[in-house]
Amino acid sequence: MPNTAISVTDLSKKYDDRLAVSHINFEVPLGIVCGFVGPNGSGKTTTMRMLLGLITPTTGQGHILGEPIEHPEKYLSRVGAMIEGPAFYPALSGYENLMVLAKLGGFPIERVQQLLDKVGLGDRGKSKFKTYSLGMKQRLGIAAALLPEPKLLMLDEPTNGLDPEGIQEVRALLRDLANQGTTVFVSSHLLSELEIISDYIVMLRKGEIVFAGPIGELMAQQQPTIIAKSLNHSDLQKIVEIAEAAGHHAVIRNDSVHVLAEMDWAPVLNKAAFDAGITLAQLAPQLPNLEETFFEMTGDK
Amino acid sequence: MLNVVRAELRKLRRPTLFFGTMGAALFFTGLITSFIYLMIDSPQGNGDRGRSISREVLALANGSVNGFASVGGFLGIIALCVFAAQTAQEYTYGTLRNLLIRQPGRMKILVGKLVSMALFAIAMIAIAAVVSITISYILAPGAEVNTDLWFTSAGFEAIFTTFVNVTISVVAFGIVGMILGLLLRSPISAISFAVLWLLIVENLLIAVKNSLQSWLPGAQLSAIATGGAVDLTYKHALTVGGLYVAVGAIVASVLFVRRDVAN
Repeated sequence: MPNTAISVTDLSKKYDDRLAVSHINFEVPLGIVCGFVGPNGSGKTTTMRMLLGLITPTTGQGHILGEPIEHPEKYLSRVGAMIEGPAFYPALSGYENLMVLAKLGGFPIERVQQLLDKVGLGDRGKSKFKTYSLGMKQRLGIAAALLPEPKLLMLDEPTNGLDPEGIQEVRALLRDLANQGTTVFVSSHLLSELEIISDYIVMLRKGEIVFAGPIGELMAQQQPTIIAKSLNHSDLQKIVEIAEAAGHHAVIRNDSVHVLAEMDWAPVLNKAAFDAGITLAQLAPQLPNLEETFFEMTGDK
Repeated sequence: MLNVVRAELRKLRRPTLFFGTMGAALFFTGLITSFIYLMIDSPQGNGDRGRSISREVLALANGSVNGFASVGGFLGIIALCVFAAQTAQEYTYGTLRNLLIRQPGRMKILVGKLVSMALFAIAMIAIAAVVSITISYILAPGAEVNTDLWFTSAGFEAIFTTFVNVTISVVAFGIVGMILGLLLRSPISAISFAVLWLLIVENLLIAVKNSLQSWLPGAQLSAIATGGAVDLTYKHALTVGGLYVAVGAIVASVLFVRRDVAN
């Protein structure tokens, strides 16, 4: 029994002269929600396609549930996936579309209605796919991915087109699945979205891995920030000078000073500002979020 | 592979597709079979390309399937369109990735698709055969065609042989549709190319140089349905047509198995 759901070594995909994915290495443990993040065009979908046997890697190796990706027939019966949005036959109903996949995979047909109910399409199953809204199509895609009762679920941007309520439902569904032992590997370019649900993060940028590991470990690597606002805008520069004099990097951003410092330095800053005749309107320690961390690590912003 | 066949049949039983295809098949079958009897004395002829089919020929044991055999080429073109559309749509809708995730054996997908569509084609051929023979039997007395030999053992043998020939021809046309669907990855492109070639280009080429009839793919496959044609033996049509289909199928299959699914 393998202890990793996904294991990738030196995996690359080259299209003509362009490396879409460049020699990436990462592992995803079993039974967790793993966010696969990166901007559009960073190689997320290409990587997922390689892991599902849809495209052949140029170099490297990968294992899914302990089986090599050169033999997708050995693991795909235990994998559910929705890649690059939901793709179905427009003239068939949602129910019929799932029936096609249920027949193809040899899954019990009773699961079709159960899954339609689970994703909130129970009463629209008989409607043709072409009449579905984007959110409904997305839900049908998730239902299709759940057909095999997967040990590993790979979803590419599953919350695209969903309303806030739908997004929350998908989050809850993914968390439930992980609690029941399913490994969820979910990609998104919306980093804030994945920060909420992920235990583990694989960060990709321009086809290269920037970080792969537990999200807590990633955040722990980041320095906390103290955000200070003064009543007087002209005092911001003075606050920067106070911080830098104490050896902390500080910048003015959006009418406030961002100081890279531990939380316990906030009272020191408060006193120093008071002594300098500055009245602070706000002083808040803040841990960087995933988005800020990503940009900091990649140096994009 | 049985799972692939079951899944594909689920798509093929869609009412618009099923009744639309059967309707088209019945229309051509009724039209062509009726012409043979209603225009039996016409100076323009009552058969393909102005050919005359006499009462004596129609009164032979194989007379009941004359119309059915003549419609084989049209049934083939219908099958070609269905096979091409059903294959190429997987690319245009992006559903191929779903299929390959559920069944990673690419050859199993191809063979399963072929088997299910062949079953669909056989249903169409069977309905066309029944309708054509029924129309022939109804119109024969009015055209003064003797039907005494039609339902003898030789007559039934002719019905069986024609059914087999038409099936071979129609499925071969269908495979050509699948090949084009796999190569062009677009239903519109595949069907346009095939129909343009079979209905216009081949006929023009044969009109310019008659001997080309023995070598062009559409002519071979149509000749198989009729058990051979003038200046084109059944055996020759089967060999040359079979070669075209086999080479095309090998090329398309290799491409399908090796090509990345990136859409």
